Amino acid sequence: MNYKVKTAVSAAALMLAAGAASAQELKFMCFSDGDDCAVIDGLLDGFEAENEGITVVMDKVPYQAILDSLPVQLAAGTGPDIAVVTDLGGLNEYYLDLSPYVDRPYWENSFGDILNWYRAGAQDDGIYGLHWQLTVTGPYINKTLFDQAGVAVPAEDASWDDWAAAAREVAEKTGTTFPMAMDRSGHRIAGPAISYGAKYFDDAGEPILVDDGFKGFVEKFVGWHEDGTMAKDVWAGRGGNSYQDASAEFINGELVYYFAGSWKVSQFDSEIGDLFDWQVVGSPCGEGGCTGMPGGSGVVGFKQTKHPEAVAKLIDYLAREEVYAQMSARTNNIPAHKGVAAAGVDYADASAPAAAALNAWGAQVAKLEAPAFQYQGYKGNRAMFNITVQRVTQAIVGELTVDEAMERAKGDLAEAIAETK
Amino acid sequence: MLSALNLIMRGIEIPFSFVQRKLGTRRQAWAFLLPNLLLFGTFSLFPILLNFIYALTGGDNIILSDRPFVGTGNFAGFMNCDNFLDVNSCERDFFWRAVWNTTWFVTLQVGIMVGFALLTAVILNRDIQARGFFRGVFFFPVMLSPVVVALVWKWVLQRNGILNAGLEAMGFESFNWLLDRTWAFGWSVFLSVWAHMGFYTLILLAGLQAIPRDVYEAAMMDRASPWRAFRRITLPLLAPTMLVVLVLALIKGVQTFDEVYAFTGGGPGSATTLIIQYIYETGFAGAPRLFGLASAASILLALVLVVLTLLQLWFNRRSVDG
Repeated sequence: MNYKVKTAVSAAALMLAAGAASAQELKFMCFSDGDDCAVIDGLLDGFEAENEGITVVMDKVPYQAILDSLPVQLAAGTGPDIAVVTDLGGLNEYYLDLSPYVDRPYWENSFGDILNWYRAGAQDDGIYGLHWQLTVTGPYINKTLFDQAGVAVPAEDASWDDWAAAAREVAEKTGTTFPMAMDRSGHRIAGPAISYGAKYFDDAGEPILVDDGFKGFVEKFVGWHEDGTMAKDVWAGRGGNSYQDASAEFINGELVYYFAGSWKVSQFDSEIGDLFDWQVVGSPCGEGGCTGMPGGSGVVGFKQTKHPEAVAKLIDYLAREEVYAQMSARTNNIPAHKGVAAAGVDYADASAPAAAALNAWGAQVAKLEAPAFQYQGYKGNRAMFNITVQRVTQAIVGELTVDEAMERAKGDLAEAIAETK
Repeated sequence: MLSALNLIMRGIEIPFSFVQRKLGTRRQAWAFLLPNLLLFGTFSLFPILLNFIYALTGGDNIILSDRPFVGTGNFAGFMNCDNFLDVNSCERDFFWRAVWNTTWFVTLQVGIMVGFALLTAVILNRDIQARGFFRGVFFFPVMLSPVVVALVWKWVLQRNGILNAGLEAMGFESFNWLLDRTWAFGWSVFLSVWAHMGFYTLILLAGLQAIPRDVYEAAMMDRASPWRAFRRITLPLLAPTMLVVLVLALIKGVQTFDEVYAFTGGGPGSATTLIIQYIYETGFAGAPRLFGLASAASILLALVLVVLTLLQLWFNRRSVDG
């Protein structure tokens, strides 16, 4: 082989090797009820343009895959590089700590205590996730039904009993199938329980789940199922810890009062349209406040990635104020980024009712009580949610009394804590 | 054409001759079994062994070396019951609810399904009009995906479903079938029978057609009534086929999961939660994921299936021995 050919082959080999070394493909597992993944995917075009050699492959999966498959994949070491998750603290052991790669003061100023939701505990000060969708649980009402029934919408400080009475009256006068419904979820029932005085944790910060406040609300809740105030289809209609909502009933005008959360706005806006007027009303009040539960989803990187720096770069890009603001506006989400929230989000694409609803949800953030944040930030909260759903459902369908269900719930929690130690 | 075939056969013969030369005729069999043994070992035997080991460990970590050894603790938890008939007295109440639900489900489903399958097979074995069409009709649900079966019946039975619309049109009150524990369970059995009966009908039909016609002709000449011929000829000669059908249906019944899970999710409450759903939710859909407990439950289930299979073999041998 002559000298020129040797040089050309060597140069080609070097180029190939360099190309292979610099090309970084990041697998991004995403779920969404709406078009959130598409919005992120669009925003990532800017990231890829800024970072030549890094490509992002978006894998849109059903929500159940995030709950069931992702943890198994991570445990087996075959997970993606990045994912959108909702079990924020529960998957902490797999998270990549972004703090060596990002500007810590910026992140702490922008996201504050929400960073704790992704941490393992009080001693952990890592930065793990970008909370990109802040959600708040709370109720919607079918305003048209209230108007038709001539029943006044209860005041902002109305209790659960006030709302139950009003919803029953509206349903009776308008011949509506269900006065009230609540998503079948341990997360959803937590806000009302906290309003009834549930603490979920003892003074030492250990989870307890069952206390007088919690039991008090469960008794009410079971009673409302027995007297027909609550739609039995939602909680009693399913088994295990599976999720069930009542969106279809609300959209079909079969439901007066629906306790769900801020993430439903886009769906209601597009599917209800001008069929009837709907509005967001504040969470009912009790001795523990008028609180819902914060929550939502966040983008996290996993430490099993081969490209930690690229993963951190990508998440840091999405956390930029201008990118985050675009993301909130285009997905109709409440921002968790303090700077974006302070500047206000221009929900330009949202209709007038949707924009009003999003602003109403934004106002609810200030009413969230401390136990709600603590519960959301607890890494074992998913176990507590599941226990709640299973045992409360058993009380509703009559398999157990409320007392028995509460005793079982305590035992289940003790076992869950022991098994995860 | 023939020479091409010869060429192929020669090609196949080369490795066989090589193996035979190297290992000898007797040991050659092992070489042929090896690929299948490897596949079976990797994908069946090894996971079964792993399952046994997981059943003796606790915690929620999937990595075996990080799981604490708990001995027979998982099994002991299942057996910790004051009264096995009162599930609320059991430490693992959901497990026992699933066990009893499965027991009732299998008893009803297998009993009803085999009974109807036999009746249908006997009718389809007669010289009726459009026999081929009816055979197709009964077999059609077998080809449907379990999830499709569940969704179809859910649309029929849900609050705003077709059945309630029909009842209301006829002036009756509608009823929320899937919210009532007894009805939800009953409909789960029904849809399972509907979905699987065609398969067993086909097996029984084959069994019926294997019975020689001259036996019936002899019975007719002796003026035996059709009922007597059925009892004295059909049933005894169909017994081996019935046994296969019964055991297959029992094993399939115990393994039921997907259609009922998609139909009711195990609800209302735990009224239709079957044992496989319990194992799935304990090991994979719950939090924390109790792999050890799920493995222990699956071993207990496997034991039941082994007993059922042995029972079938015993019955089979007895019937062959006369």
